[in-house]
Amino acid sequence: MLYPTQTHSLQELQQQAAVASKVYVQRDYNSGKICKFQTKFPSELESRVDKQQFEETMQTLNNLYAEAEKIGGKSYLEGCLACMTAYTIFLCMETHYEKVLKKIARFVKEQNEKIYAPLGLLLTDPIERGLRVVEITIFEDRSIGSGR
Amino acid sequence: MHLGLDEPARECQYNPICTRNSSSMETSGHKKKRTPRRKWQIFPGRNRFYCNGRVMMARQTGVFYLTLILIMVTSGLFFAFDCPFLASNLTPAIPVIGGVLFVFVLGMLFRASFSDPGVLPRATPDEAADLERQIDASNGPSGPGYRPPPRIREVVINGQTVKLKYCFTCKIFRPPRASHCSLCDNCVERFDHHCPWVGNCVGKRNYRFFYLFILSLSFLTVFIFAFVITHVILRSNRTGFLSALKDSPVLVCFFSVWSIMGLSGFHTYLISSNQTTNEDIKGSWSTKRAKDNYNPYSYGNILTNCCAALCGPLPPSLIDRRGFIQPDTPQPVSHSNGSSMYNSTQLQSHMCDQEHCIQSTKFVLQAAATPLLHSDPVMMGGEGPTLPGKSSLGGPCASLTPSQPSLPSSMPGLGCAGDMLTLRDPDTHCHHHHFVSPEETPSPGPMPLTLPCPAHMTHGGHMNPAQLYDPASQDSLHEDSVRGLVKLSSV
Repeated sequence: MLYPTQTHSLQELQQQAAVASKVYVQRDYNSGKICKFQTKFPSELESRVDKQQFEETMQTLNNLYAEAEKIGGKSYLEGCLACMTAYTIFLCMETHYEKVLKKIARFVKEQNEKIYAPLGLLLTDPIERGLRVVEITIFEDRSIGSGR
Repeated sequence: MHLGLDEPARECQYNPICTRNSSSMETSGHKKKRTPRRKWQIFPGRNRFYCNGRVMMARQTGVFYLTLILIMVTSGLFFAFDCPFLASNLTPAIPVIGGVLFVFVLGMLFRASFSDPGVLPRATPDEAADLERQIDASNGPSGPGYRPPPRIREVVINGQTVKLKYCFTCKIFRPPRASHCSLCDNCVERFDHHCPWVGNCVGKRNYRFFYLFILSLSFLTVFIFAFVITHVILRSNRTGFLSALKDSPVLVCFFSVWSIMGLSGFHTYLISSNQTTNEDIKGSWSTKRAKDNYNPYSYGNILTNCCAALCGPLPPSLIDRRGFIQPDTPQPVSHSNGSSMYNSTQLQSHMCDQEHCIQSTKFVLQAAATPLLHSDPVMMGGEGPTLPGKSSLGGPCASLTPSQPSLPSSMPGLGCAGDMLTLRDPDTHCHHHHFVSPEETPSPGPMPLTLPCPAHMTHGGHMNPAQLYDPASQDSLHEDSVRGLVKLSSV
């Protein structure tokens, strides 16, 4: 009998399930200093999530970080404007990087709610780990087994 | 060794005092819940925070105040003595431009000094454990060919092989160009240097402010110098050279002009070649090291390098200084100091049972016996105020944490004092570092120093006491010393 995945919500996971283990996806520095995470599929997740789905999530995340760090006309304009106002302009407006970070936070939350929480996994926003790792918490499956 | 044995004993008043303390701990515990702590208060690095975490500086700020005073005095003298003359005789634009420059210089100085240079947060315990596992795994049977030592990872960036080192203090593999500042005890991204004049490290996030500061300061000093000379010349036409000279502060900026201009020139070169001071001094990308050595981070042309350094996106701070500590947030690994443990014990609950107090007393006595055997004079001369030694048994614990300003006068409260210790000024957490060598060491510092209060162990059940204190080796000796101490204290 298959339990509907919707019963396994993000909040339930965080409150009730016990953490079985944590997997860390490290940074990939081969492209230089830009923020990029390894897209290699960790072996511990093989039983839990589809490889392609995971790689897609990581790729989107990497693309978002690349967008944050992009050096182009718009970022130069922002930099020059900030310099001319002696950086006081950031008291009123957010930097481009911060805007994209918010976007990333929303993306991670949405991925968790839609895809990973029903599978008993939780992705931690990398900014909470200093942009060093993507922490994936694997929860024990016992709550899925219980009758609901 | 001061153990307070000669102090009049407070008797074994554990039971009655404990309950009083427990009720007071409950109320303070309740108060603690209402004022959640911010992350800067448990920050493991050796930094100072002001304005509730908004301002972040290094520990030694004396030279920064000197910088500030020098700038203000020089500019003040210029505005007071030279500007009236110049404004009336030449043009009022001079003090205006001077004023704008002065404000810009100060703004950049404050920005460089007060912002987070790009500190990398330390690894959480789980992360550190995972990395250790990976390092151990890679230590497997050595295969053919060259394999870098386990605590170094090699990556290829733009065709150049870069070694990433493992930081023992922060328990992370440092990203490229990051370095660990021993003065601030933090890993800083794109670490340039630690500037005492600015009172902070110069790293990824504040390098542009630092550069703009020295650039504008060189303009300001040249400006002041030029107009002071002009003033002297104009005045000497009327009154004579020497009397003109005594009216204006020439020498003050004469020497600083050359050093500041030199520094600006040096940093302009660094920016245009996209190097850090660290890399330049070590000659990391110099062709003298290897024929095909080149800087993999450079964009190729000077203009792009400059634009990227000065106008590129400003990354946000990775250490959330003003965020509130969540109870389930994993605390970062602190290198042999007790601050993370304080926090976790604070978060575990703390009803001080009589039993707990007695237990914790025993633990403290046992631990106190340890310094008896391995006496370490460094602890005694601690920089914090030493305990008044109100209780004979408060002594040992005080010796272990000399910089805790005050422990409750009765020792048994120490179990409950776990909470009170967390109320201390966050600076005290930093005091621990003074006893640990600022250099990275793979092993934690000497054991007694790292023991904040073994009473904590009874509360923080998840903490592995063996990490801090190994009772296994000291059983019978401890029993005797415990009995001895108890007898003495009950006299």
